[in-house]
Amino acid sequence: MNPEFFVISLLNGVSYGLLLFMLSSGLTLIFSMMGVLNFAHTSFYMLGAYFAFTISGVVGFWPALVLAPLVVFALGAAFERYCLRRVHKFGHVPELLVTFGLSYLILEVVQLVWGRSTVPYGLPEQLQGPLFSLYGTQFPKSRSFVMLVALLMLVSVWLLLTRTRIGLVIQAALKYPEMVEALGHNVPRVFMLVFGGGAALAGLAGVIGGNTYVTEPAMAASVGSIIFVVVVVGGMGSLAGAFLASLLIGLVQTFAVALDYSMVHVFKAVGVAVTEQTFGYPLLKLTISQVAPILPYLFLVLILIFRPKGLLGTRED
Amino acid sequence: MNSISTTSASNTPPYYRFKPWNVGRFVIWTLFAVMLIVAPMLFRSSLALTMLSQIGYLIIICLSYNMLLGQGGMLSFGHAVYTGLGSFIAIHAMNMAGKGEVPIPLVLIPLVGGLAGAFFAIILGFVTTKKSGTTFAMITLGIGELVASMALMFPEFFGGEGGITTDRVYGKSFFGISFGPAIQVYYLIAAYCFVCTAAMFAFTGTPLGRILNAVRDNPERVEFIGYNTQRVRYFAFIIAGFFAGIGGGLATINFEIITGADSLSVVRSGGYLLFTFLGGATFFFGPIIGAVLLVLASVLLSELSKAWLLYLGLVFLFMVMYAPGGIASLIMMNLRLAKYGKLSQLWTSYLALAGTALVGVLGAACMIEMTYHLQLNAALGPEVTFLGATLNAKSLTSWFGAIFVMLTGFGLFELCRRQFVRQWGRIQEEIEHEIKRAEAL
Amino acid sequence: MAADNATTPYALELRDLRKSFGKTEIIRGANLAVAPGERVAIIGPNGAGKSTLFNLISGRFAPTSGDVILNGQRINGMAPYEINRRGLSRSFQITNIFPKLSVFENLRCGVLWSMGYKYTFLRFLSGLHDANERAKQLMEMIKLDKKRDTLAMNLTYAEQRALEIGITIAGGANVILLDEPTAGMSKSETTRFIHLIKEVTEGRTLLTVEHDMGVVFGLADKIAVVVYGEVIAFDTPEKVRANQRVQEAYLGSVVADQQAGGH
Repeated sequence: MNPEFFVISLLNGVSYGLLLFMLSSGLTLIFSMMGVLNFAHTSFYMLGAYFAFTISGVVGFWPALVLAPLVVFALGAAFERYCLRRVHKFGHVPELLVTFGLSYLILEVVQLVWGRSTVPYGLPEQLQGPLFSLYGTQFPKSRSFVMLVALLMLVSVWLLLTRTRIGLVIQAALKYPEMVEALGHNVPRVFMLVFGGGAALAGLAGVIGGNTYVTEPAMAASVGSIIFVVVVVGGMGSLAGAFLASLLIGLVQTFAVALDYSMVHVFKAVGVAVTEQTFGYPLLKLTISQVAPILPYLFLVLILIFRPKGLLGTRED
Repeated sequence: MNSISTTSASNTPPYYRFKPWNVGRFVIWTLFAVMLIVAPMLFRSSLALTMLSQIGYLIIICLSYNMLLGQGGMLSFGHAVYTGLGSFIAIHAMNMAGKGEVPIPLVLIPLVGGLAGAFFAIILGFVTTKKSGTTFAMITLGIGELVASMALMFPEFFGGEGGITTDRVYGKSFFGISFGPAIQVYYLIAAYCFVCTAAMFAFTGTPLGRILNAVRDNPERVEFIGYNTQRVRYFAFIIAGFFAGIGGGLATINFEIITGADSLSVVRSGGYLLFTFLGGATFFFGPIIGAVLLVLASVLLSELSKAWLLYLGLVFLFMVMYAPGGIASLIMMNLRLAKYGKLSQLWTSYLALAGTALVGVLGAACMIEMTYHLQLNAALGPEVTFLGATLNAKSLTSWFGAIFVMLTGFGLFELCRRQFVRQWGRIQEEIEHEIKRAEAL
Repeated sequence: MAADNATTPYALELRDLRKSFGKTEIIRGANLAVAPGERVAIIGPNGAGKSTLFNLISGRFAPTSGDVILNGQRINGMAPYEINRRGLSRSFQITNIFPKLSVFENLRCGVLWSMGYKYTFLRFLSGLHDANERAKQLMEMIKLDKKRDTLAMNLTYAEQRALEIGITIAGGANVILLDEPTAGMSKSETTRFIHLIKEVTEGRTLLTVEHDMGVVFGLADKIAVVVYGEVIAFDTPEKVRANQRVQEAYLGSVVADQQAGGH
């Protein structure tokens, strides 16, 4: 492992982790506020990417960066108003199920409108090419843009929640919705805005993630389960925990994919020869890169065994 | 049949208690058995036989899933792990038995699958049931993905892309039955279906089953009556895993091939969830309806229309919003009406609702079919046949026509619905009245 | 857990019990010693920590420090079900029953563990004669035998409270904690309910949080006054009534001065 590989992988891991955080933070906010785990959260991510693809085909990427999340916001708010609200009185399980149904629906509609294969949602000129190179390995501009947007988003959401009046109302409605409503605030409208806002954040992540990575119908499902792992590992309801877990998982996955070592190499290094006859060979011959897809889930299992509250968990449920 | 019961250790004289045999229950179970036996004679095509076989083991799987969802309040997104692993162990057992390495006759293979399912539920369930509610759901999702991803890493066990194949005809025949022909497999499945359904129903009447319901209703209170809530969930999880494994084993026998990508996937788990919920999680027989719908949808509906997943998603969404108890609850509500003699008042309303809904749905379906046609079959030209009428997906008249039909249908539906809600409310009041009157006697 | 004091004369003891939530200390050194069969009413101003005490005793929260001793055994930090199995049962201020089960089923669930049925799935409920008998007796005791098959969520408020008590005593616990059992009831309902409580807790140790003084004086052998997380008095009703500290806490020091000056 050479230093340039390490640095570039580190940056890649951090940018991927920040993207994960953009998604898991919206999920955590909605969960903390409404107790609803939005199964369709990553579907909004996907919608953001696809809308951005279409919009940027018409007016270019930079307007799409603003417009696409707005469209997703509208859809999210409408869903909350007409579907989620109706189901609220049945309890948390039906709420989860209705978002599950929505994710199904969004997937089908996306495939219907844009087709089942990858769409060529490309980077705009300003974001193409490397930001800098280290001994020949490049760090692309697009990934640094992802980091930039993620950090900006983080800061502005934090400022919104802690420094503005609407943020105060949201924080209050987090714990005592009835009381806040009794004080004259339109709490259902607040819920609608928060849900729409969470969806818009996911959509924004889609706008920048879609062209940095790939835009295809499977993108919602593939990142969806990882986001849920991030939220559980970080601790349900904890934004800081989600941040930590996102970075951790982002880094681990990025590094793991590039490493081709397996237990066989380890044994060889200490002088023990491993052949196909050795007991457990199928397990030992697995390289880290082969195991990479399941690492987040292994994390999940380990956290649940050793620290069930999550890394920085606050909410017991 | 009368029985006399006495109060224990007290001085009150024994009293007479009229306890007739529960004839209704006896009739229902006999009917169930008869239907299982007679079904292939009523539906003779080979397609029907395939479907009936699939319904048979899916009933077991959906009922096992409802043990978690409907009886325990545990929403799992990873049930396919236990059916799938049960399938894999079963298929390996079959292959080993076929080579003569283990003396397991085919009729016992589903039990092998069941034991495998229980085994993995013991291991994975320990971690899974540490939490409840939403967190539990996400853990099952994570573990589901974990196992599904692992399938690609161990091709020796999971057979890689091609999966593992087997031959169900091996060893000595079972009293002359080789289980080669599909009809014999059907009856094996039907036998297991009946026994497992009865067993799972019996479970609901045991202490563990009832405490499981209590855990669903009020998990905190259960701790204060002496029960470790987590352990109750864990045990239920294992039992559900056992029956799931049996279902998986039967699927193996039926198809003689199992692939990791298909049997362990989160999509499959989602399917179990969707249809169990659709059938009705709040009544024991709901998942049976769900299993039937699952097979009908995936075999028949998928042939009828490319948009079947879209329709499914919409139906599911509407069910969660308007009838969260599923079809079973709709049936039971109407049975309650019939019991009080009020059902006849509603049948005109039902007809009107059904008629207008049908019109509206047809209009919407036209539009959906045309859109799908444009997307998927564009090369075949813009015309698509729908229920005998030819629509031109590119012509404005077709679209306007469809929109008009849809709007009219749904508009009228809304009018009928409001009228229906008023009527329904009035009837419910009348029934409440009746109940109170009966209680006061 | 080794028994500290197997021959203790007390059914329930609290020794310097403390509980903090974050930086705020809610229970600040509570001490109490309840003899078996005693009926103790716990009174005190709102926010004094009465429900928190119950939560600490019944295992819902673990104490920050101090001991809870049940029949001679230290139970602090144990899970609620462990404490329940050792003979302590509680009811809740906000009705906490099993809404979708019938009255009979609610009660039967309450008796199952104490009768040793545990997690069994190999026996039918209908065949458990002792459990069914006991549930029936409980139903008659709480006067809900006419509503045997009514779903708990369809009962009236007072009936639900009665069911709550029924579930609490179902397991045969000998130390019963009742958290504001008559909350929200009318005067006549309350009187009836207190009779019921007296009947069903005959011979058992009872601790009840109460606000209604009439109830307290009618029901309790002893009163424990909790103020700011401490037990400032624990004595017979007459003595507590005359206790100066109690008067100050409840009525303010002005009145206490008046009374002292007036003697």
